[in-house]
Amino acid sequence: MPLALFMGRDFRLGFNGKGCCMSVDTATVARIASLARIKVSEGELEAMVPELNGILNWVEQLGEVNVEGVEPMTAVIPNTLRLRADVVNADPLTGGGIRDAVLANAPAAEHGFFGVPKVIE
Amino acid sequence: MTGLTDLGLIAIRDGVAKGEFTAVEVAQAFNAAVAEAQEALNAFIVTTPEAALAAAEKVDATRAAGKELGKLAGVPIGMKDLFATKGVQTSAASKILEGFTPQYESTVSQKLWDAGAGMLGKLNLDQFAMGSSNESSAFGPAISPWRRKGDTAALTAGGSSGGSSAAVAARLCPAATGTDTGGSIRQPAAFTGISGIKPTYGRCSRWGIVAFASSLDQAGPMAHDVADCALMLEAMAGFDPKDATSLDMPVPDWSALLNADLKGKKVGIPREYRIEGLNADVAKAWDDGIAWLKDAGAEVLDISLPHSKYALATYYIIAPAEASSNLARYDGVRYGLRDLPDGANLQEMYAATRAAGFGAEVKRRILIGTYVLSAGFYDAYYTQAQKVRTLISRDFEEAFKQCDVILAPTAPTPAFALGEKSNPLDLYLGDVFSVPASLAGLPAMSVPAGLSSDGLPLGLQIIGRPFDEQGVLNAGLAIEQRAQFSAKPEKWW
Repeated sequence: MPLALFMGRDFRLGFNGKGCCMSVDTATVARIASLARIKVSEGELEAMVPELNGILNWVEQLGEVNVEGVEPMTAVIPNTLRLRADVVNADPLTGGGIRDAVLANAPAAEHGFFGVPKVIE
Repeated sequence: MTGLTDLGLIAIRDGVAKGEFTAVEVAQAFNAAVAEAQEALNAFIVTTPEAALAAAEKVDATRAAGKELGKLAGVPIGMKDLFATKGVQTSAASKILEGFTPQYESTVSQKLWDAGAGMLGKLNLDQFAMGSSNESSAFGPAISPWRRKGDTAALTAGGSSGGSSAAVAARLCPAATGTDTGGSIRQPAAFTGISGIKPTYGRCSRWGIVAFASSLDQAGPMAHDVADCALMLEAMAGFDPKDATSLDMPVPDWSALLNADLKGKKVGIPREYRIEGLNADVAKAWDDGIAWLKDAGAEVLDISLPHSKYALATYYIIAPAEASSNLARYDGVRYGLRDLPDGANLQEMYAATRAAGFGAEVKRRILIGTYVLSAGFYDAYYTQAQKVRTLISRDFEEAFKQCDVILAPTAPTPAFALGEKSNPLDLYLGDVFSVPASLAGLPAMSVPAGLSSDGLPLGLQIIGRPFDEQGVLNAGLAIEQRAQFSAKPEKWW
């Protein structure tokens, strides 16, 4: 498939388990999912391992680029970081005193607060 | 009135201003078209006919009072459901934000309403704008009004702004907003025979747009033609102190300054984009585009963008990394869905909520992003990708020393059928021509160039220097005038 070759590598290698480099196993995917706070079932985990390995093996091609002396991109269009005026409620849209608007979409707002399950045993 | 829905944005604005028809008549005509097509095309997630009428009534009253009309007075538009709209559900096509009703208006949508536009509804998209086919929408994909010759298979309207492209192509709205992270304005425009421009990163405020990958996300217009895009972009762009990356620059009069005479301009053709086995129809459209730009007076030259082949892999590290960080906010506490299983603690609630609220592609990208940002892998993946991004950006800087704009296909193929690409990587590869300009923050647009052998629209992409939307629009206009693209989907819905 020419388009795949254009990417610098036949990405299908990843699915054959012949990828060259690091690959993730079920335990690693379970750990990533836990870090990302996404619950996954055993079945989902099994399906995700080859999928993620396919993608990861494909992006490994970046390792072959010579980046000696190259700075990582921080701002794609040069811009200066501004400070806003140190004024309370300078912009009412993003200012304070709008508790009810802030809580309006909360799934469990109680007594003017966000409600969450008990966190202290 | 018949025929109103065939009009573009400027024609409607001018017709309302001259009194040839009222804004209310226009809104009614489009409201009817939207309602008629909704079941078949699924272009909208929410329709807001009353909002369109209310805005139109206001415009008609303003005109009757003899007061000055806004730039887009009387034009009803579609709003991609990624822009926060006060009091109207903003879902990002996700279950996790279903029912979320913003308490504020995004900067871009507010600017459009201030210019006199009205809202027909919130348009379908790939979930959190992650996708190239609309198939990741939690509400089912938008369907393209286009079909292959002699075939009724449902085709993708592209993604992520597929509701926008389907709606404009089917004449359900004269124009729509889109957002573009790796091609999400340009590719759907190309797939449906319309025009769309992603301006320079920072031109349009990101405030109130549901974030996907913040260093790449940019809003832009999708419309019938180049002039309509130019005018709508004027209304959308402008400095916003609420977005830290907003450009503090004046907004040029792009539409007034449109000029298709390209004498003295140089157009670069990137040799790395001439990939072996490129779809023959796409290759022919590209050759036509080269001939048209020469005819418009431009000099065409061969250029090199040597790191092009690494752009997709770079993008598919950086975008998921930013997404995994941005989407951490969906936790079932402050807004959106909450899934609280019996006896679950806070951590378990987070995990259950996110499992229930995110679709498969969103989860996939969050996991990839979490992995490439995790301790031990950060430098190998993320830092390396940001360095390659610097090289890709430098390639463009070097190229723009020789040429004024770059011409390339928008996508490597015409629209494909829904369900045809089941492997995520196959879908990712379709972004090959659109992603590089996104990584470099450059203005880029797609204009229709012709039809494929099976009767589907093909788009050509023009990429410009930072801040040179004018150069991009002018080259787009030169192509538009010569392509004479007038094909429309045959109405089947």
